[in-house]
Amino acid sequence: MTEVVDTSTVLQVSDLSITFASKRGRVSALEGIDLDVQAGEFITIAGPSGCGKSTLLKAVAGLTAPSGGSVHLRGDPVTGPRQDIGFVFQRAALLEWRNVRGNILLQAEMRGMNMRKAQERTDELIEMTGLSGFERALPHELSGGMQQRVSLCRALLHEPRVLLMDEPFGALDALTRERMNVEFNRIWSQTGTSVLLVTHSVAEAVYLASRVVVMSPRPGRIIEEHVVDLPARRDYAETLESSEFHRVSSRVRELLGSPSDAD
Amino acid sequence: MTVTDQKSGGSPSGSNGRSSVAGGFLRWWLQSWHPIVFLAVVIVLWWLVTAQGWVQPYIIPAPSDTWAAFAENAEYLLQHTWVTTYETLIGFAIAGVAGLLVAVIMVYSKGLEKTFYPVILFAQVIPKIAIAPLFIVWLGFGAAPKILVAVLMAFFPVVISGLAGLRSVDPEILQLVSTMGASRLKVLLKVRLPAALPELLSGLKVAATLAVTGAVVGEFVGANEGLGYVILQANGILDTAMLFAALIIMSVMGVVLFAIIQIAEKFLIPWHASRRDVAAATVRF
Repeated sequence: MTEVVDTSTVLQVSDLSITFASKRGRVSALEGIDLDVQAGEFITIAGPSGCGKSTLLKAVAGLTAPSGGSVHLRGDPVTGPRQDIGFVFQRAALLEWRNVRGNILLQAEMRGMNMRKAQERTDELIEMTGLSGFERALPHELSGGMQQRVSLCRALLHEPRVLLMDEPFGALDALTRERMNVEFNRIWSQTGTSVLLVTHSVAEAVYLASRVVVMSPRPGRIIEEHVVDLPARRDYAETLESSEFHRVSSRVRELLGSPSDAD
Repeated sequence: MTVTDQKSGGSPSGSNGRSSVAGGFLRWWLQSWHPIVFLAVVIVLWWLVTAQGWVQPYIIPAPSDTWAAFAENAEYLLQHTWVTTYETLIGFAIAGVAGLLVAVIMVYSKGLEKTFYPVILFAQVIPKIAIAPLFIVWLGFGAAPKILVAVLMAFFPVVISGLAGLRSVDPEILQLVSTMGASRLKVLLKVRLPAALPELLSGLKVAATLAVTGAVVGEFVGANEGLGYVILQANGILDTAMLFAALIIMSVMGVVLFAIIQIAEKFLIPWHASRRDVAAATVRF
């Protein structure tokens, strides 16, 4: 989406359904999900809590097995934990005993990457996410927003083709969240990775996305998809005032049945 | 005693232009005066009770007599202290390594966990004093049966704390590393073990104190050296002063072991919540 327009399909989800066995019988989390993601696309998945958004991400990552249908990532069926992805959780999930650098480099150590390259890439990412000066800080010394940046750096270190983000900014306060959105928009436009981001904030969903996917609750189904026809690199205030933003966000809100933004 | 300045520990050192040695001492005193004062009070009471003749010396010896027992038998006590220390340390080390190993195995294999758990629990609930004679029969009168009792005593808390620690890893972190294609060994060494350290060290502290008890219990049942032997000998001739001396040495041993682990914590898990914001974390004993 940045330089070369690559329209190859990175992710193909076909007729995916996932059911969980619980004490009260079988619960259907996802039903008949069809979703194609092109290289460099930014997909946001908006939906009420418990609509199986997170389950969808985990199925793509190979952390949850599908009950029906299939997931293909870069042409290969997903059968177990995938290594060609980056994952960001709602909580930063950092190792308490490692400093910022160490937490980012965990990715490289676990993968057995070339450490010199990984070090250089870490420097770049720290610079890009505004963590400079905090390389040696431990997680508990960082704010929630900074912890999440570390988590993002870790997920980007191995330059994954697909970045999966499960409400990455959901635990942040509204102001920090906006700033992270703006920064992340810039980072994404610089890296060109495909992103699948789950959120329950309509503003976040529409601001970040090249395409918004709206899901219904229990069982999770895709109700509508909306392409956001705005340039990849977006100014926050400008975007929020644009008619395109209004068109998509009011429709998404209508579908989710909430009169105002949840966040 | 500067009782006027009773602010509890943690206050920044108010080195009012004096030498750093005096400032350091003041700071140390402010943080650790509680047990020292308490100990002093106990000793004064002890002295009072015996000096007034309220209690017969063969029941509670005077502090001075106990001190004399130390001073006059220094070499004898040192020799036997060394034996018990040796048994305790070896027992503790074996229990630490074996306990952690078993905990790791149990974390990775549900089947082995189910197999081991009842056996370990069974070994834990057997009164060690009751099983010690059997060890003498099996292993003779040397150090081995004492070490075995110490191992048996210290093993359980290590397994339990190790297990809890290894399981304390955030499940999301485990999911994350599973997308990094790391081997189990790598995950164990870089994620699980470091995460287990806080719990494990707590367990090791308990284990250290129990290892001392184990060694002495072993000596009670059949030995010709060690502090347990000293106590039996002293008891036989109603030499309470010697008995007290041996008791004090044993307690100090346990406390020192405990303190060593406490200090190790400071270096191994400086990141952990229990160690944060502890200004000049001195061991408070």
